[in-house]
Amino acid sequence: MLAFLIRRLVQSVVVLLVVGAVSFGMFRFIGDPVNNMLGQERTQADIEQLRDRLGLDRPVFVQYALFLRNAVQGDFGVSYRQGRPVADIIAERAPATLELAAVSGVMALVFGIGLGVLTAINRNSWASSAIMTLSLVGVSLPTFLIGILLIYVFSVQLEWLPSFGRGETVDVGGWSTGFLTQSGLIALILPAITLGLYQMTLIMRIVRSEMLEVLRQDYIRFARARGLRERSINFRHALKNTLVPVITVTGLQMGSIIAFSIITETVFQWPGMGLLFINAVQFVDIPVMAAYLMLISVLFVSINLVVDLLYFAIDPRLRIERAKA
Amino acid sequence: MIRQFAEFWQSDFGWKFRHSPTAVLSFVVSVALVMAAIAAPLIAPTNPFDSASLNLMNGFSAPLQPNAFTGELFLLGTDDQGRDVFSTILYGLRVSLFVGVLAVLFGMVLGVTLGLIAGYVGGRVDGFIMRVADIQLTFPAILVAMLIFGIAKGIIAPQYRDQMAIWVLIIAIGLSDWVPFARVVRGATMVEKNRDYVQAARLIGRKPVAIMVLHILPNVLNPILIIATISLALAIIAEATLSFLGVGAPPTQPSLGTLIRIGQTFLFSGEWWILLFPAATLLALALSVNSLGDWLRDALNPRLK
Repeated sequence: MLAFLIRRLVQSVVVLLVVGAVSFGMFRFIGDPVNNMLGQERTQADIEQLRDRLGLDRPVFVQYALFLRNAVQGDFGVSYRQGRPVADIIAERAPATLELAAVSGVMALVFGIGLGVLTAINRNSWASSAIMTLSLVGVSLPTFLIGILLIYVFSVQLEWLPSFGRGETVDVGGWSTGFLTQSGLIALILPAITLGLYQMTLIMRIVRSEMLEVLRQDYIRFARARGLRERSINFRHALKNTLVPVITVTGLQMGSIIAFSIITETVFQWPGMGLLFINAVQFVDIPVMAAYLMLISVLFVSINLVVDLLYFAIDPRLRIERAKA
Repeated sequence: MIRQFAEFWQSDFGWKFRHSPTAVLSFVVSVALVMAAIAAPLIAPTNPFDSASLNLMNGFSAPLQPNAFTGELFLLGTDDQGRDVFSTILYGLRVSLFVGVLAVLFGMVLGVTLGLIAGYVGGRVDGFIMRVADIQLTFPAILVAMLIFGIAKGIIAPQYRDQMAIWVLIIAIGLSDWVPFARVVRGATMVEKNRDYVQAARLIGRKPVAIMVLHILPNVLNPILIIATISLALAIIAEATLSFLGVGAPPTQPSLGTLIRIGQTFLFSGEWWILLFPAATLLALALSVNSLGDWLRDALNPRLK
């Protein structure tokens, strides 16, 4: 197990170094960083100073190392468009994205697993087939169309929910949260559904098919013969054994939630990191793009590592197999 | 031609096709949309990009209702600039399909080539190619495509950006979906390269490239068709998403996604047709291609026979 862990760790570091190289390459070779960062009013002394600070006269590898050192310390440079440190801008935007992602993630997990179990147990009821048909639509509809559809129904026609923004936010120790105000909570509903729907349907379909598989096994029949209650059989015996594939998919989907938040945030003009990134792409604001890319990859890599670790925690068979090999 | 068609009709595959309503329906819808896209200049009542034919007075005509000022009638209404929505959809469909098909072709050629090399050569080359694939799979395809688009935008001079946008999109989407092709071809190649016919080809002294292209490739092509169809649906949605986000097809050459982006701004003012019809067309296209791909996968899967 230790060897496996070390191999995964090395792989993760390689991924991060590659992403760092891409970010550095963008920063260094697209346009002239000095021109981009200083703007119109600059003196020769400013140029020299910045050149020196970025180490532009040194070998490329040294520059890369400098770039990585700054990045690790949270210094991603200054946004070309806003003229402020990228780290500040991102810190300001992060709470919006993280709150949205957390709510959609929890929603996707709870409803996904719940509906998956229900449709597997009551396989032949009309409600199950209705849910399955609906989920097919959920998987194939593009995210942004779901968002527009929700806005049309709940904001334009019914006028129940707001169509853009976060509502009122409260500042708690530098973290602006929308959880504490009514308008903040209401504003979360539509974006969270838009973002979580795809993940929810995916989790539901996997839980359902795994459950159907497991419910056919002998030990379930045996548990039933022993006279255990249905609820205990379904949740303690069956659901537990479907969890490995569910965790793989859920873990990887947590990454996609962050990525798809770019789309959801654009539809709902949600002031998070995704909207920041898409604006950066539109205006070629390289430092912001580079910083977002590196943050996202750290996130993805850690999620993948955690998923790997969870395998061991959940499936004892894996521990034995790896120990032998 | 007719004889071949009859043969296909009588084959197992043809029988399955005829007896699946989903397959027939999605095939008909896909073909109809492709035909409409190809014949757009012939079918479209107006050329939406010829500014001489536009009349601002025609702006915001509702579908099938004569315009209040000019009395002209438009099948699906007009947008704010008096462009006929039906015509813009036909031209937008053209852009969407063009980008989708070329992107899948690009990803397919790249993936198949790398998969063949990885599977046939093996060893370090294989390890390297598959590692790159793993790393790329860590990131969602749409994010990779956005990033490539952003980088290209930084490199290309501003005056060429709009012209090049379509090609950048094709490359960005193509580069983001080569991995499934490479994986499948690599697996199949590793099986095929130990077969007798490959050994024989090697014995008579054929070069590795010839063996890969002429001997192995024809035998690993079957699953590629399925992946390509499913990839096409994904590529169409990816293109629409990028264009919707404003990092895709420019307004001067709008795809369905760009049209939806434009239409969304009229959501609150009541001109629903500018948004609804492009969105419905995109949905019909994506759903039909997607279910065709799903059906192909089931029908050609030998394990399900």
